[in-house]
Amino acid sequence: MRTARMTFHVGDETSTHYELSHLQALEAESIFIMREVAAQFERPVLLFSGGKDSIVLMRLAEKAFRPGRFPFPVMHVDTGHNFPEVIEFRDRLVEELGERLIVANVQDSIDAGRVREETGPRASRNRLQTTTLLDAIAEHGFDAAFGGARRDEERARAKERVFSFRDDFGQWDPKNQRPELWSLYNGQIRKGEHVRVFPISNWTELDVWQYIAQEGLEVPSIYFAHTREVFERDKMLYATNEHMELLDGETPFELSVRYRTVGDMTCTGAVRSTANSLLEVVTEIAATRITERGETRADDRVTEAAMEDRKREGYF
Amino acid sequence: MAKSSSELLRIATAGSVDDGKSTLIGRLLHDTKSILEDQMDHITETSERRGDGYVNLALLTDGLRAEREQGITIDVAYRYFQTGAAATLDDAGAGTLEAAFKTGRKFIIADTPGHEQYTRNMVTGASTADLSIVLVDARRGVSEQTHRHAYISSLLRTPHLVVAVNKMDLVEYSEVVFNRIVAEMTDWAARLEIADIVFIPISALQGDNVVERSVNMPWYQGPSLLYHLEHVVIATDREMDNVRFPVQWVIRPMTDDHHDYRGYAGQMAAGILRPGSEVVVLPSGRKTKVKTIDSYDGELDVAFPSMSVTLRLEDEIDISRGDMIVDADEAPTVAREFEAMICWMSEEPMRTGGRYAVKHTTRSTKTIVDKLEYRVDVNTLERDHDVDELRLNEIGRVHLRTSTPLVVDPYSRNRATGSFILIDESTNDTVGAGMIRSGR
Repeated sequence: MRTARMTFHVGDETSTHYELSHLQALEAESIFIMREVAAQFERPVLLFSGGKDSIVLMRLAEKAFRPGRFPFPVMHVDTGHNFPEVIEFRDRLVEELGERLIVANVQDSIDAGRVREETGPRASRNRLQTTTLLDAIAEHGFDAAFGGARRDEERARAKERVFSFRDDFGQWDPKNQRPELWSLYNGQIRKGEHVRVFPISNWTELDVWQYIAQEGLEVPSIYFAHTREVFERDKMLYATNEHMELLDGETPFELSVRYRTVGDMTCTGAVRSTANSLLEVVTEIAATRITERGETRADDRVTEAAMEDRKREGYF
Repeated sequence: MAKSSSELLRIATAGSVDDGKSTLIGRLLHDTKSILEDQMDHITETSERRGDGYVNLALLTDGLRAEREQGITIDVAYRYFQTGAAATLDDAGAGTLEAAFKTGRKFIIADTPGHEQYTRNMVTGASTADLSIVLVDARRGVSEQTHRHAYISSLLRTPHLVVAVNKMDLVEYSEVVFNRIVAEMTDWAARLEIADIVFIPISALQGDNVVERSVNMPWYQGPSLLYHLEHVVIATDREMDNVRFPVQWVIRPMTDDHHDYRGYAGQMAAGILRPGSEVVVLPSGRKTKVKTIDSYDGELDVAFPSMSVTLRLEDEIDISRGDMIVDADEAPTVAREFEAMICWMSEEPMRTGGRYAVKHTTRSTKTIVDKLEYRVDVNTLERDHDVDELRLNEIGRVHLRTSTPLVVDPYSRNRATGSFILIDESTNDTVGAGMIRSGR
């Protein structure tokens, strides 16, 4: 679905000073960051999940490099447990943009014995992705990987740099980060190390939706309200799906829901919603009193420092 | 004052454990509805478990395991809030997308710890800030730490400074106490170069003058802190007179559709460009004109700071990353020798004769430290000329020489073309932050 394009004028020439709206300022900063990566690194890659944040990254890459092609491929780490709507969307978007797509499959890592599949009703491939991601980075020799993470998402991320250094084991050391001053990004690394780069670090969830509206970007249909068979577990609503076994007392029922984040079906919860237009979604988000990860991500609920721990290991 | 359009204000705050900084930030976030229920539940529960005896808002910004375990803030944390959003939506009801997005300002707070690594973290936060908030405890008055914060703000040329005199509730909201602190601080600030300094008496704990004007201090006629943050004019802080466009990336698609396309991509660091503007490319000195200003959304009729654009030029000139496109009138200096202030950020001290990689705008080269002139005591501003090294968190004046020329302005004229970082090539760490005084 496409939405009507909003009109925003650049600057304000009627007044004596030239000003950018906050979204224009954020966009200009993000474009600058993407171009720095293209210039400073030999083999960058853009990590694409099919979620709203990486959709924004794709548009920012168009803004940074058109009429040229992206000076990097796009890579998706596919757990095999993604929503089919998202996979379909991914393939269509990459084709429309005429860019190169690499798919790294968690199933391949399992088959090769690199990771062992979790078992039981609460099994998830969320953590296994890290190995697949790091293997793919090593295999292709990537020295920089763009991600769509934002600092407003989570406490550990609030302290992460825009250029976030990873050692040759792919690990993040939060206590030993390079100071980041002005817009002078230090991308110097040794062979085998890489940098995760977060061009939309300073955007909030609302900024992302505002930008999607402004640019008229298409997003996967699961972001809008639809009727789906779900079941409740740990106070979250999960889609019934082939990868999750129901526990005793869990009964599926139909409900109007939408997704606020896009991740694996095994760890991403739906929210009760009837919002089926961009306006209604944005209104819902502006009025919500719960954070997006708190509401929808089981992976952050494991311990108090779940995200920090996964990031240290090399997670997105 | 007219309400400004929705734009971005970058704020740096600094303070120590006791001055109420976390409480102030917590209150700004809370009162602008930027703390959500699950975050609030979480810190309430954690505070109880730790036996804090109150809801410890510092837990909001202390994101790392070590910080929570040790009860300290280690690193710069970034926080976001905006004004106007919720209020507009309440009115909007079944409104339009435009109405749903109509907000006041958006704020980014770089929250820097006051104790550990204070200079390194404060310098980092201040380098991108439009405005710094320095907290003063009304009971204690102006301290060495207040001096230090004000000095770093002025050194980094943060254009606006707010001195928030906190804990006014503990001095019976006394005008006399407030005026004494204003006088003392004004006296000190006269020794610094601070363009705009505003004093606000507040109680972060009670909420006086944070969001709403306080009824407890009728003698204070100025704005609340949030009102000031929403209305301070920052558009005129940018350098509009002289064009500075560091070339970041050359777009050469070489496809059938765009066979001869050659665009110079970058972010406007200063000045205003239009199609037809006469420009000079440095360091070569070649002159030409701007043919078009390109963007994904089409050709533009103007480019100004901090827009990211792509320029096409009238003449074919060999231009690459690191070159700078400037206006024909007042060119920056092309130099290999510099005097600069350096803030040192590494455990390994900087010594005379030290060699480093330097990154300035989009250009990278090597540099050698010819001379360390003096070190500044950040608490007293005294200069110590008898020094042979700069240690972690120290600030000093140095003479540098680079292996290839840089295109520079004094930092006091342009933060983008006057700043650089030093990188230790054995570790690849960023070890120094530099502000150019002059070049030749």
